[in-house]
Amino acid sequence: MAELNTGGKKATPRVDMTPMVDLMFLLVTFFILTTVISTPQAMDIVKPDKNDKQPENRLELKASKTMTILLGKNNKVAWYMGVAGETAPNIGPLATVGDDIVKNRKIADASGVAGDFVVLVKPTSGSTFQNFVDMMDELEILKVKVRQIDDDNIQDNEKQAMKEQGIL
Amino acid sequence: MPRIKVKRTSTVTDMTAMCDVAALLLTFFILTATARQPEPLAVSTPSSTYEFKVPAENNATLTIGQGKVFFEVAGVNVRKRTLELMAEQYNMTFTPEELKAFMGIGSFGVPLQSLKQLIAMKAGDRMKPGVQPGIPADSTDNQLSAWVLNARKATKEINQQDMRISIKGDSKEEYPVVKKVIDILQDQKVNKFLLVTNAEAKKK
Repeated sequence: MAELNTGGKKATPRVDMTPMVDLMFLLVTFFILTTVISTPQAMDIVKPDKNDKQPENRLELKASKTMTILLGKNNKVAWYMGVAGETAPNIGPLATVGDDIVKNRKIADASGVAGDFVVLVKPTSGSTFQNFVDMMDELEILKVKVRQIDDDNIQDNEKQAMKEQGIL
Repeated sequence: MPRIKVKRTSTVTDMTAMCDVAALLLTFFILTATARQPEPLAVSTPSSTYEFKVPAENNATLTIGQGKVFFEVAGVNVRKRTLELMAEQYNMTFTPEELKAFMGIGSFGVPLQSLKQLIAMKAGDRMKPGVQPGIPADSTDNQLSAWVLNARKATKEINQQDMRISIKGDSKEEYPVVKKVIDILQDQKVNKFLLVTNAEAKKK
């Protein structure tokens, strides 16, 4: 665009800074996009020690206060209260298992048996890393204090029940 | 009566001030930010509401995706010492130049036998998909276990602190692959580890 001559006098020599500003903002944008602004988040996980020689590490669980959640295929879970094989596991989507935990915790707390409410998480071969993280996250949100991860001792009757439902 | 003169002003704005602001912002970003490390194995981590920052030091990251495992240990000096310990264990020698080049490599996933070739490669070629097959973690050749153990030794030696282990898994990764890695760690009595996740807003 032609510059309007505002005075009768000769215009002072000035540099048009617009392209330079454009370039500067381009660089700023580039740096914002290529750098890490915040460090990634992490969840800390503790697994029970595998040393069987230390029986004092074993936790005694109360059947009425223990909920086992098996993570299966297609974002589905199977859960039951108490001892494996005594009651048929309930099958449901992972997204709604939080409600079940809340319900079971209420029943367990009302039972009057001493001890904390325990959730045992057993990820099986069909589940994904995402399922596992979601499950642990859900327990954190619901403030379930005692949680155990057990991926070694998946019992036959648990496998059987999961197979019948097609989630193993 | 004379006509009222409309004063005509120039439409050109002075961009100098704006240029200053942009330069200031640019300087700020260059100075405060750390460059994002290019990753040879891109993974999309699942999200969680945990608010625990991944430590920048005394930390090793195991990236799991597509059935492969990649390894990275934080801190250039720790990294160098780890490779020295690895070389000792596997009866290999690395030249000072190779050790120096290795300090600059972040995450990698090749067997130790082909690490020399990887170091000799150009940085751009290392990142190409398929170049790095992952670190062997079978029971016959468990190099991953050796890397973790030596990295822990090196961290203890240099920083006098225990090393933490972060697992950065792809959200689609099947659990058995993750379990295999966790089992390797548990064999070394590492029962505590971090799972790297994306931040997610807390549900109310």
